[in-house]
Amino acid sequence: MDVFGSFSLLLAFVCAVYAFVGGIVAIKTRHPLLIKSSRHAGMATCVLIFIGAFCVEYLFFTDNFSMAYVVSHSNRDLSTFYKVAALWAGQEGSLLFWSTLLSIYVLSVLIAYRNKNGELMPYVGVVLAGVQIFFLTLNNFVENPFKTLATVNASGVLEPFTRMDGNGLNPLLQYPEMVIHPPNLYSGYTGFTIPFAFALAALLARYPGEKWIHLTRKWTMIAWCFQSLGILLGAHWAYAVLGWGGYWGWDPVENASLLPWLSGTAFLHSVMMQEKRGMMKVWNVWLVFSTFLLCILGTFLTRSGVVSSVHAFANSQIGPWFVGFMLLTIAVCLFAYIKNHDYLKSENQLDSFISRESSFLFNNLLFLVACIAVLSGTLFPVFSEWFTNNRISVGAPFFNKVMIPIALALLFLTGVGPLLAWRQTSVESLKRNFGWPLIVGIVTGTAAFFLGYRDATAMLCLSLCGFVLWTIVMEFYRGAKVIAARTGMSMMMAAHELSMRNTRRYGGYVVHFGMVLIFVGLAGSAFNSDVQKAMNIGDSMKLGPYTLILQSGDTKAEKNYTAQRMIVEVLRDKKQIMMLYPEKRQFQGNEQAAGTMVAIYSTLREDLYVVYAGMDPEANVPVIHAFLNPLVKWIWLGGVWVVMGTLLALMPNRRATLVLAGAAQPAVSPAAQALNPSATLREGND
Amino acid sequence: MRNRAKFGVGIGVIVVSLAFLAWLGYGESKTYYHTIAEYQSLQGSARSHRMRLSGTVAPGTIKHLPGRVEFVLEEQGKSLPVTYTGSDPLPDTFVDKSQALVEGRPSNYGKFVAEHVQAKCASKYEAAPGGDRPAPAATTQTSTM
Repeated sequence: MDVFGSFSLLLAFVCAVYAFVGGIVAIKTRHPLLIKSSRHAGMATCVLIFIGAFCVEYLFFTDNFSMAYVVSHSNRDLSTFYKVAALWAGQEGSLLFWSTLLSIYVLSVLIAYRNKNGELMPYVGVVLAGVQIFFLTLNNFVENPFKTLATVNASGVLEPFTRMDGNGLNPLLQYPEMVIHPPNLYSGYTGFTIPFAFALAALLARYPGEKWIHLTRKWTMIAWCFQSLGILLGAHWAYAVLGWGGYWGWDPVENASLLPWLSGTAFLHSVMMQEKRGMMKVWNVWLVFSTFLLCILGTFLTRSGVVSSVHAFANSQIGPWFVGFMLLTIAVCLFAYIKNHDYLKSENQLDSFISRESSFLFNNLLFLVACIAVLSGTLFPVFSEWFTNNRISVGAPFFNKVMIPIALALLFLTGVGPLLAWRQTSVESLKRNFGWPLIVGIVTGTAAFFLGYRDATAMLCLSLCGFVLWTIVMEFYRGAKVIAARTGMSMMMAAHELSMRNTRRYGGYVVHFGMVLIFVGLAGSAFNSDVQKAMNIGDSMKLGPYTLILQSGDTKAEKNYTAQRMIVEVLRDKKQIMMLYPEKRQFQGNEQAAGTMVAIYSTLREDLYVVYAGMDPEANVPVIHAFLNPLVKWIWLGGVWVVMGTLLALMPNRRATLVLAGAAQPAVSPAAQALNPSATLREGND
Repeated sequence: MRNRAKFGVGIGVIVVSLAFLAWLGYGESKTYYHTIAEYQSLQGSARSHRMRLSGTVAPGTIKHLPGRVEFVLEEQGKSLPVTYTGSDPLPDTFVDKSQALVEGRPSNYGKFVAEHVQAKCASKYEAAPGGDRPAPAATTQTSTM
């Protein structure tokens, strides 16, 4: 199976090279058969990569301990669930996993558009093949997952060698979320390759119009959704496993995942400027290019350990390859831009300071600054070493100082932007649209103050949350009222009908609603508190409204580890509400491999987060570290809404029923719009 | 072009104020990376910087004391006594011979006072074979290709 897998990866490389070279020749000669055969080579590449990945999984499932990668990341006792995840536990497998996920996207694109967009697709195929060649080079020649163990025998000859058992999977990764977090994040990283390929292809081919934007919008949203989910799952993993009481530490790897999310979010917003007004074309193309580059950079930071980080387990040979690939990509993008920049000329100018356009502009500016801040903060050690010979890092205060104001400003725009009219907004409409939300915002802030959330930043954040929430509610209410009046539907049904008729717009609002919930949760972090105590059995400690009593401790043996468990009784107002079982896990065959299982009692108001921090060596009694983290649950709930909103936005619009067709039309007749497309707004829904 | 000027001012104000905040944050949190050998040769004001040092935890030196943990980091034959005073529990990976990163400031009495400790021994999951079996060295791995 290893030979088979290894060979299919090599063949995939050959196919990718064919798809790339054949594609370029096909574009030059416009030979239809060559176009077809390059496309087929692209598809074959993907299938061969799937086979390669399948072979690695097969080796894990058959406990093939002659394979170096299997030995390093698995053992016989490892459960099936984690054997699947062992594929992406190390360097070689992670890179193969990258190729595999990318192949899913590439194959979908090649199949979905096989008979469409004939002028553009050969270019897209070439770009995608180019990216695949890079990763297949790594998979085949730099970090090959199909290495076998060998040993030197008595006569000095290398011979194959099989171990009885493997080293096991890193215990930090033996957690359910570690099975789903990397696939999500990687699906995000790889997914942004598709809009990149279309943008570069459209620029190279001088493909007319905004078609590439329409084509890639849903791919961008899919990638964005995975990226968001991946980031949140990673945060939740850090929260539940690392045991330091927080979910975000501005760690280089966390930052690496945030960067393409920031630029991708900026792009999702600024595309509307191009669709509606034909503006910001240059900006959009470069946003897509940057997002892709940031994805590559993110993979590079995660895998290479160039910036010291708890995550960056692997220091390896791949650094120069990644830097080379990024420089090459930048060079190609620059070349395409310089050659064809006249194609990206803007059709309109900004009309007014208070307009939808202006809110998008500031939205993008803030995302860009956020991106630059996070990027420079993350790479500070690298750059400072280059320029000053001193390796200097910046920590959480740097990121918080810059990012909190940006985040609050973005939250404000989340409420304001969608209600501003295109081109220009009148003072009357400002009053009409923002009067109530403003009042709700102020009331929320005041309520927060009286509920005890007394921190200036947190109160501002909660006020803004109230403000934005109310703008969203009003949008749904207004739209639903019209539909309800016309059809006699109930308001709930009307709101549903409304969302289905313009999924993109109302899906967007649902995503915004999810972001509001996330911000509520983030505001809670200003009020975190914790207490740590060495406790005898029967001792108690107080934290906020809770009293924790250490009842007993026990040891339980599981298949792959032994758990030392503390049994903590939780009282609130002298009433027992919960038993918590924080654990320390000792993994077998490795005295150094230990893991923490945090016990969390989570409510909407706060999380009681209890860690068994080990034995106090002096008194030889267990140390319990308890944290009280208000509002954390809102973050995870918000994540659910973000995903649901994105799914809604991805659905096709439902047409208004025939009876309503006349009434639902806008006041401007379509014919009039068609006559003068650049002066008025473009068709389509926002 | 009054509009353009307005946008220019708006953008300028945002960028300048954020840059100012970044500069404040930088001053507050900048941390120098040093090897233990470099640290021991630092002079004057350079010694008062916040810094991050890495090394291997010397076996048997971890002492849990009330309110603090003491241990010795070693790197290239140099050693450094460290006192950890942070409130977060030490990571599970922090054990004898693990690779540790400590962040903090030097104290007056020779010890390095760490506020944060990170440890990684996870790298052994990458290559080093464990157990008591005859271990094939990583260098003898060959590709099937």
